[in-house]
Amino acid sequence: MENFRYQSAATLDAALAAAANGATVAAGTSELINWMRLGITAPNGLVDISRIDALRGVRQDGDSLVIGALTTLNEVGLSEAVRDGAPVLAEAALKAASAQLRNRATLGGNVLQRTRCPYFRAEAVTDARMPWPCNKRVAGSGCAARDMPYSRAAIFGWTDACVATQPSDPVVALAALDAVADIDGPDGPRQIAMTDFHLAQEDGGAERETRLSPGELILRYRVPVDAAARGSVYLKVRERESYEYAMVSAAVCLDHADGVIRSARVALGSVAQKPWRLLQAEGALAGTPLDEAAVQAVMNGAMEAARPLPGQDWKPRLAANAAARAVLMAGGMV
Amino acid sequence: MVVDAKVENVHRVDVGVGRLIVDGTGAAVELPTRGIGSTERRHDGDEKVTGAAIYAAEAPPVGTLHGVLVGAPVARGQVRSIDARPALAQPGVVQVILPEDMPELGDVFVPPFAMSFIPMTDETVRYEGQPLAIVLAETLEQAEHGAALVAVDIATEEPVTFETGEVSTPVSEGNGYAFSALDTDHGDAEAALADAAAVVEADYVAPSRHHNMMEPSATLAEWRNGELHMHDSTQWTYGIRYALSGLLRMDPGAIHVRCPYTGGGFGAKGYVWPHQLLAPIAARIAGRPVKIAIGRDGCYTGTGYQPVVRSRIRLGAGTDGRLTAIVHETENVTSRFDDYVEFGSAGTRSLYACPNVRTSTRIVSADVNTPTAMRAPHEGPGMFALESAIDELSYDIGMDPLELRLANHAESDPHTGKPFSSNRLRDAYAEGARRFGWDARPPGTRARIEGHKLIGSGMAAAIMSTFRFSSSARVCLASDGTLRVEAGTQEIGTGTRTIFPQIAAERLGISAEGIDMRLGSTELPETGGTFGSSSTISVGSAVAHAADDLHQRLATLAGGEVPPRDQWADLLSRNGIAELIGEGGFTLPGEAAFDAHGGAGAHFMATWGAVFVEVEVDEGLGLARLRRCVACYSAGRILNPVTARSQMIGGIIWGVGRALLEESAMDPRYGRYVSKNLSGVHLPINADIPQDIDVAFIDEHDPHASAIGVRGIGELGEVGVAAAIANAVYHATGRRVRDLPIKFEHLIG
Ligand SMILES: Cc1cc2nc3c(=O)[nH]c(=O)nc-3n(C[C@H](O)[C@H](O)[C@H](O)COP(=O)(O)OP(=O)(O)OC[C@H]3O[C@@H](n4cnc5c(N)ncnc54)[C@H](O)[C@@H]3O)c2cc1C
Ligand code: SF4
Repeated sequence: MENFRYQSAATLDAALAAAANGATVAAGTSELINWMRLGITAPNGLVDISRIDALRGVRQDGDSLVIGALTTLNEVGLSEAVRDGAPVLAEAALKAASAQLRNRATLGGNVLQRTRCPYFRAEAVTDARMPWPCNKRVAGSGCAARDMPYSRAAIFGWTDACVATQPSDPVVALAALDAVADIDGPDGPRQIAMTDFHLAQEDGGAERETRLSPGELILRYRVPVDAAARGSVYLKVRERESYEYAMVSAAVCLDHADGVIRSARVALGSVAQKPWRLLQAEGALAGTPLDEAAVQAVMNGAMEAARPLPGQDWKPRLAANAAARAVLMAGGMV
Repeated sequence: MVVDAKVENVHRVDVGVGRLIVDGTGAAVELPTRGIGSTERRHDGDEKVTGAAIYAAEAPPVGTLHGVLVGAPVARGQVRSIDARPALAQPGVVQVILPEDMPELGDVFVPPFAMSFIPMTDETVRYEGQPLAIVLAETLEQAEHGAALVAVDIATEEPVTFETGEVSTPVSEGNGYAFSALDTDHGDAEAALADAAAVVEADYVAPSRHHNMMEPSATLAEWRNGELHMHDSTQWTYGIRYALSGLLRMDPGAIHVRCPYTGGGFGAKGYVWPHQLLAPIAARIAGRPVKIAIGRDGCYTGTGYQPVVRSRIRLGAGTDGRLTAIVHETENVTSRFDDYVEFGSAGTRSLYACPNVRTSTRIVSADVNTPTAMRAPHEGPGMFALESAIDELSYDIGMDPLELRLANHAESDPHTGKPFSSNRLRDAYAEGARRFGWDARPPGTRARIEGHKLIGSGMAAAIMSTFRFSSSARVCLASDGTLRVEAGTQEIGTGTRTIFPQIAAERLGISAEGIDMRLGSTELPETGGTFGSSSTISVGSAVAHAADDLHQRLATLAGGEVPPRDQWADLLSRNGIAELIGEGGFTLPGEAAFDAHGGAGAHFMATWGAVFVEVEVDEGLGLARLRRCVACYSAGRILNPVTARSQMIGGIIWGVGRALLEESAMDPRYGRYVSKNLSGVHLPINADIPQDIDVAFIDEHDPHASAIGVRGIGELGEVGVAAAIANAVYHATGRRVRDLPIKFEHLIG
């Protein structure tokens, strides 16, 4: 790890100015320091934004929840307002990482975490030491995961250049909630819908992972609270019961009455480099009875578009089962 | 700040000592309130959990240089050149040690040195991570950065791995790793298989796994007046002395090894690895102390691992369930330079009474590092195979798995024909089954459904070799009346600091309170390593002997009866004695330094157990979780039920990892482990482990294995667990998993 310059920003303006000047934003640093140790990035300047109180905390704004980018995952998960209005986000936050990490990890940094692809995470401080090809580490070098039965590979949106997934839990919830991020940066403030924030490889190639531009900061998220959001759930499927990324996860916002679904929003996690909304299935679910076979049939249909890597036919099945189970959970059937 | 989000990681420990030790009828044995057999708490527990304990490499002397090894980025090739200049140009980098700087080395003894190939002595790359150079700098960060900049040019060749290598017969002559017969053959297994009413034939694979102990290996080498002082995190202080004295051509007495604590080892720190040789070499060249902490990624190639074991099992049986043939053939991966042997069939040779048993042990040499022992070696991977096959047989012939095992129970060792030193496995089966409620188990698969979950139960027998090392110890009475136990042995988290004073106290007829324990040093009496579940039996016996000797000396001094404890200080001062020392030793038949299974003695020694588990499987989500476990053991005398219970629970959790999570996956194209950090290697955590793990020991005293009645327990707890879980998964789902760990793709419906 090389020496780097460190500055702490007291105000948002100072942070924006430093970021516009090329400094890398540091919030909880739970990702950033790992990247620097592994050789994934070598920033020559950091701007620490963790003391900007204006970016912290959860508040109600009309029918929306407003969550500051510096709010930690534990604060999000334990917030009464979030548990009430958007339980899927509270659950996703509390199922992420470990209790210690959640005290440090911010919701702003969380959506910018990068893939857990082990080839990408290889210990190699210089490119010359990379033991294998990875287009995200050394552009144009190839993709070592593409031809291996790497179980956490994408089933949607991937290209031969990269098959990695976005591993975050909260992004899946934010996508299902139709949340929006408030951004500010060199070109002024703007908003990005969390369903559009991340890019699959088929849209951004191996390298471009989000629509955030250099120098831009996430200030806060706006989460609309409706009946479906109030009745939302998060299901995280992983080989280990805790402190483990999802193999597949499902976030479901559901409005239902008398055993029939009125409206549903469903996003899958860890199946693509972005949270994967099942828009067609959402349409098909409206009016469907809350019945295991009916819901499963819809989800099986949604997986027809999946493109598992060789030997991973089980993964779309797991995704369909998880999505169906989450709908039934939201409907109080499980 | 939120301390705990209360959603997970809550694990209340109810030790339930009341039923820990039982007799053959299942009645609880009353535990003494002090001394041996009492539930004395760990003496070093507070220091460890509060961080007060200072580990070997944590207190470097002023002027210590940080050494970082430059590891080969490929698994096979020839080094064309190494350019250290970019590193040397960095601030803080003091020196880069290259192969040409290496001194001429003496003999390598394997073990204690873990491998016969010494890195930095030629141009050939034999495994990924192999040290090629050492960067020495004032700070760790500077050394790491320098190491990253050393330019290595390697003509790379395609590596051979377990998947692509060829099976061969290991060398046994002069091979320190072939401590047992490679092949055994009793009766005529092929003929018996041809005649058998029922035959099971299947392959089982237990993958390579690393130790993943909490404290990665670290060593600090310091030269003072021509003598070498090693501060190390090791499982064998004397092993370092012997390995280095051969290689550095030094008098063993000039090498001093100190190891105050070992932050877990599980076998990784048993033998001596390259960084422990390179640190003293670097320190001598640099003229300053050198510390090398290999770090987490270093743990994947800087020390060993349990090699993948592929077992081919063939069982033949009559309709009555009596085994007529057992064939167990194994293959394990090893390096090109050492024929490391994982005796996967070790347990198979002795567990069941069967007239026709054939076993064979083969290797696949590949471009990998040398494997090493890991909890539980040999029986750990091997019994997964045998005990899965026995379960398969039970369904084939329609016999309860426990009945089947009882029908084949061995009353003496089938392999050597020797009587057992002590074997209460029958009682362990009975007690385990009683506590588990095995009787109520439905015989068929997919019989219990709760919502989306299928519930199943399974069992397995456990057997673990008994290893012993000749050892010595002292018990010292100081003039102020304080007592001290001294032995070179180490505390790797198993409770030795607690146990040895307890043993001394019992022999002296006093309370263990206030008895000091000094260990972890070659300045103290020589003992074997803390591995092979051997410390309590070996060092404990030596301590008992030393305490007896001290008792004798006290009696002599007092002219007959030993006076009460509070008069011992007086007794010494009246006789003008500054310190009274009792010396003790544990010796083996035939004066051996080490033996297995009782060695040259008249009895066969092993430990035994019966493991019962209940699992739930959610086929929709492809998940299996352990619900509860009952395990009952026949392991000789239990000195401290609380620390013993901790050992067994730790072993069971280790087995849960083997069954459901752990695997050190290697990408065969590159000969490199896919993940060299804990976020890519799944180990069980609290949330995976049910509270309901019920451990019991049969009240036992083994008169042959040691003077204090014990055998060993540390590794036994892991054995059988993976098979019991796989068997329970089969019972729950009808899905037989023969490749560990059990994964989504095995279960998903
Ligand atoms: C061992 C481990 C396990 C984990 N398990 C999980 C898990 O199960 N599920 C899960 O979802 N996550 C998991 N995580 C990821 C964790 O949640 C993220 O590391 C964390 O949320 C990142 O937040 P941070 O504040 O620490 O970000 P930092 O490390 O400070 O920053 C991460 C990135 O975000 C940028 N950044 C941070 N804040 C802003 C901002 N406001 N505007 C613009 N850019 C910003 C930084 O420049 C950097 O590029 C795990 C992490 C670890 C280390
Ligand atoms: S999947 Fe993407 S991150 Fe992984 S090796 Fe391929 S290019 Fe790199």
